[in-house]
Amino acid sequence: MSTVRKSGGVGVRTPLIDGQEKVRGAARYTADLPPDGALVGRILRSPRPHAEILSIDLSAARALPGVVAVLCGEDCATPYGIIPIAQNEFPLARGKVRYMGEPVAAVAAVDEATAEKALELIRLELRELPSYVTAAEARSPDAVRLHDDKPGNLEREVDDEFGDVEAGFEAADLVREKTFYCDEVTHVHIEPHAAVADYDVLRDHLTFQSVSQVPYYVHLMLAQCLGMDSSRIRIIKPFIGGGFGARTETLNFELVCGLLARAAGGRVRMILSREETFLTHRGRPAAETRIRMGLTREGKITAVDAEMTQLGGAYGGYGIVTILYSGALLNAIYDIPAVRYQGFRVYTNTPPCGAMRGHGTVDMRYAFEALLNQMAQELGLDAFAVRRANLLCVPMETINGLQVTSYGLPEALDWVESQSRWAERRGKLPKGRGLGLGCSHFVSGAAKPVQWTGQPDATVTMRLDFDGNITVFTGATEIGQGSSTVVAQVATEVLGLDHSRVRVVANDSALTPKDNGSYSSRVTYMVGNATLAAAEKLKQHLLAAAARKLDCEVAQVECHGEEYRLADSAAAGVAFGEVVKEALIGQGSITEKGAFIVPRKFQGGKHRGAAVGSTMGFSYAATVVEVSVDEATGEITVEDVWVSHDTGYAINPLAVEGQIQGAVWMGMGQAMMESTNYRDGLPMHANMLDYRIPTMLDSPPIHTHIVESIDPNGPFGAKEASEGGIAGFMPAFAQAVSEAIGVDIDNTPITPDRIVDAVKQAQRLARLKKRPQREKQTEVAE
Amino acid sequence: MSSIINITVNRKPHEHLLPDSTLLIDYLRDTLRLTGTKQGCDGGECGACTVLVDGRPMPACITLLKSVAGCHIETIESLATQGRMSRLQRAFHENLGTQCGFCTPGMIMSAEGLLRRNPQPDEMEIRQALSGNICRCTGYVKILESVNAAIGADEEAR
Repeated sequence: MSTVRKSGGVGVRTPLIDGQEKVRGAARYTADLPPDGALVGRILRSPRPHAEILSIDLSAARALPGVVAVLCGEDCATPYGIIPIAQNEFPLARGKVRYMGEPVAAVAAVDEATAEKALELIRLELRELPSYVTAAEARSPDAVRLHDDKPGNLEREVDDEFGDVEAGFEAADLVREKTFYCDEVTHVHIEPHAAVADYDVLRDHLTFQSVSQVPYYVHLMLAQCLGMDSSRIRIIKPFIGGGFGARTETLNFELVCGLLARAAGGRVRMILSREETFLTHRGRPAAETRIRMGLTREGKITAVDAEMTQLGGAYGGYGIVTILYSGALLNAIYDIPAVRYQGFRVYTNTPPCGAMRGHGTVDMRYAFEALLNQMAQELGLDAFAVRRANLLCVPMETINGLQVTSYGLPEALDWVESQSRWAERRGKLPKGRGLGLGCSHFVSGAAKPVQWTGQPDATVTMRLDFDGNITVFTGATEIGQGSSTVVAQVATEVLGLDHSRVRVVANDSALTPKDNGSYSSRVTYMVGNATLAAAEKLKQHLLAAAARKLDCEVAQVECHGEEYRLADSAAAGVAFGEVVKEALIGQGSITEKGAFIVPRKFQGGKHRGAAVGSTMGFSYAATVVEVSVDEATGEITVEDVWVSHDTGYAINPLAVEGQIQGAVWMGMGQAMMESTNYRDGLPMHANMLDYRIPTMLDSPPIHTHIVESIDPNGPFGAKEASEGGIAGFMPAFAQAVSEAIGVDIDNTPITPDRIVDAVKQAQRLARLKKRPQREKQTEVAE
Repeated sequence: MSSIINITVNRKPHEHLLPDSTLLIDYLRDTLRLTGTKQGCDGGECGACTVLVDGRPMPACITLLKSVAGCHIETIESLATQGRMSRLQRAFHENLGTQCGFCTPGMIMSAEGLLRRNPQPDEMEIRQALSGNICRCTGYVKILESVNAAIGADEEAR
C-alpha cells in the first residue's frame, strides 16, 4: 500500500467534525427545526397504572375550534416493538393501559393552548385492575396477566448451563452465595424527546425527523404502524442531544407524531416535556441477582451460578435481549469452566425498560465483581491477584460460544494498580477512606442484529466528484459520540488526503445507505470497517488515474497527501486535482460502496438465544475508585477514579477518552445516587431534581488510560470505547465504601442513608457479639 | 395581559407586544428564532437554557421576559465575532468539552459569566459556577479542561 498522511487520519486527537456548530449554538436539534406552520401534537396519558379502557369519547375534543386531528388506540391496530417476535405495544393503548403515563389519545391543534384544552375534553372511562411493581406481586399465581399470552407475567425465562457447575463447586475451597439488588435507573439525555412529521397528502409521503439513535428502525415501524410502503417515508436525523440507549428502539411518541401528521394532512411538531421524557423511559430495569461462586484457595474461579430477576415494565421492548445479555456476558472476561444462568424477565405496571449503556451487563457485573472482591478478602487474597488468577488466553472460544480475539485486561489491571498506588495503600488507609477495584467488558457491535435481513452489518457509500470533495454517505447515527468523525478519519487515512476534503453526510434515508444505527457500540467497528472498504475501492480509481498521468504501473504510484508521485523518483508528481480530472474522464462522478459482514463464526453458539452477547471484539476495562465516607452523615466523596480501557486501536484518542470518562461517570451516578421511584405506579422522580444525577461538584477527576490491544478484525485494530467502562465502577465503589466503613452494602445506589443504616446495624451486631446473653433476652422481649 | 417590552438581545434593541406570561426562553427561541438556547427540563433543573442577563448567568426557562425588560440579554449566538469562535467556544471544541452538544450553550454561557466576574478562577470556583449545568455525556472532565484551556491556566502552570 502506498503511503498516507497522519494529519486528520486515524490515531490523531481530532475534535468532532460537527463540534463547531454545537459550541456556536448553530446545531439544529429536533425542537430547533423551524415550525413552518406546524400543528402542535400532544398526548393524553393514562392516569392509572393498570386498567381496562371501557370507553374513550373524543367528540368534544374533535369539536373544539382549532383542533385538526384527534386519535386513540382504535386508529392503529398494528403493534410495534424492537424485537420482531415480541411486538406487543401499540402507539396508543388499545383495550388496556398498563402503566401510568401510557399514551391513550393524541391531538394535533393550531397551538399549544388549544391542544391542551382538547386533551381536557377527552372523556376516558377506565375499570381499574390490580397493579404490580414488584416481581413477587407480578408473579404470584393469582395475579392478573398484563398480557394474555404471558402466564405468571413472565416475559422470558432463561436457563442455561455450560460446563459442569456442580463439579466446579465441589472443586472449590470456598463457595459463597449472596443476593444483590440494583434500583432501576434511566438515561436522562439532556435533550427531551421530540419529533417533527410532515405528511404530503398529494404524494402520500411522510418526511420524519426525530431524536432517534436508530432512524432505520423508526423507518420500519412507521411503515408498519401507518400501513405505508417504506418507499413513501423519508427519515432525516437532526442533531441528537444524547441517547445512552434510550432511543435505540422506536418510541411511542414518534409513531403518534407520524399518525397525527397523516390524520391532519400536514406538519406536526411534538416536543415532550422532561416529565414525559421520563415517562417514555426505556431505562435499566431494577434487578435482583442471586449469585453463587466457587474459588480455590489460589483464587481460581471454579464455577458460577447466577439467577437474575429483572422488572421489565409493561411491554416487551428489548426485554428478551436484556435478560439474555445478563447471562451471556458472565463469560468472556475471565476463564470460568462452568456457568449456570437463570433469568426471569417480569412484566410490571411501570414504564417499559429497554437498553441502557452497558446493556444487560451492568447489574450482573456488579454482583459478580462485588462477590469476587468479598470472597477474595475472605481468602486473604488481593483483588488484583484474584483477577490475574482467572485471565483468558486469547484467541479463545468461551463455553457459551463467544469468540475472544484480543484481550487487554492484563495491561489495564497493571495500569490502574500502579497509578492508584494500590499495593502501598490498600488496607492501610485511614478510617473513613477506601479503595476498590472492578473490571468490565462489552461488545463491539452485536454480531447478529435484531432485524435479520441477510444484508451486510454496515454499508457505506463514497463519492468523488469534479469539485475534489470526497463525500461519505452513512446511516451511522451521530449522537455526540463522534461517529461521523470516525468515518471521516478512516476515509482520510485510507485516501491519504487532507481531512478538509472529506465530508460526511449522515442519516437521510433519501441519500444514505441503510444502517442499523448507534447501539451495542457497533459504529466504529462495523461502520469503520465498511468505510475502510469503500475508501480502498475509491483509492484504486485515484491510483489508476495517477498511473495514467505518470505513465507508470499502478503499483509504482505513491500517494503523498495532495500529490501522487512515481515511486523512487525525484520527478515532480501530479496534483490531486489533476488526478481527479483524469479519474472522471469517460465516467463522471465515481461512487463506491463498502460493506462489512460479521462472519457466522462470531454469531454465537447453537443454544437458544446464543446470538445475544456475540460480537467480533470485546473491549475490557479495569477501574479503581477511591472514596472517603463521613460515617456520621453517610456522605460519600469520590476522591479519585483510575480507569484503563482496552479499546483496541484508538482511531480518535480524544473522543475515546471522552467516551470512557462519560461511561465511568454514568456508572458513578448509578452507584451513588440514581434511582427511579414509583408510588402506586406514579413516577415520583420524573424531573431532574428528584432524579439526581451527579453535578460538577459531585464529580471526581477521572484518570484515563487507553490500552490498545490491536484487534485482528477491527478497523486499524479498533474496538468499542463507549460502554465497556461503565460496569466496573459500581463494584469498585462498593469495595471502596466497604473498606471505608467496614461493612458491605449490596444494594445500589449506595446512598448516605443506606450507609448510616449499615453502620448502625454493624454497630448493633458488634454489641450483640460482645454481650450475647443480655442482648438475646432483649431480642426475645421485643 | 400583554405589555410592550423593550429589550436588548445580543446588542440589538427589540420592541415587542407580548403576553406578560411569556418566558424569556420562549421569546428567544420562538419570537427571535435564537434556538441556540436549549430547553432541557420543565423549569430550572438542568441549566441548558442559561443566558447572560446584564452579564449574569440566568436560566431563561424560569425567567419571565417582563422581569428582564430593559436588560441586555446575551445568548450563545453572540459569542462568535465575524464567524470566529470565542476563546471558550474554541476551547470547548478543541478539548471535547462538548459531545452531544445539548448542554453546551448553557455550559459555555455559565462559564462566560464566571470568567467575566473572575478571570482566574480556581478549580473549585469553576466547579461551583458550573454546578447548575448538567451534562450527561462527559463526566465533566473535559469541560473542566476546556474552561482551564480558555483561561490559559495551562500556560501559567508551565
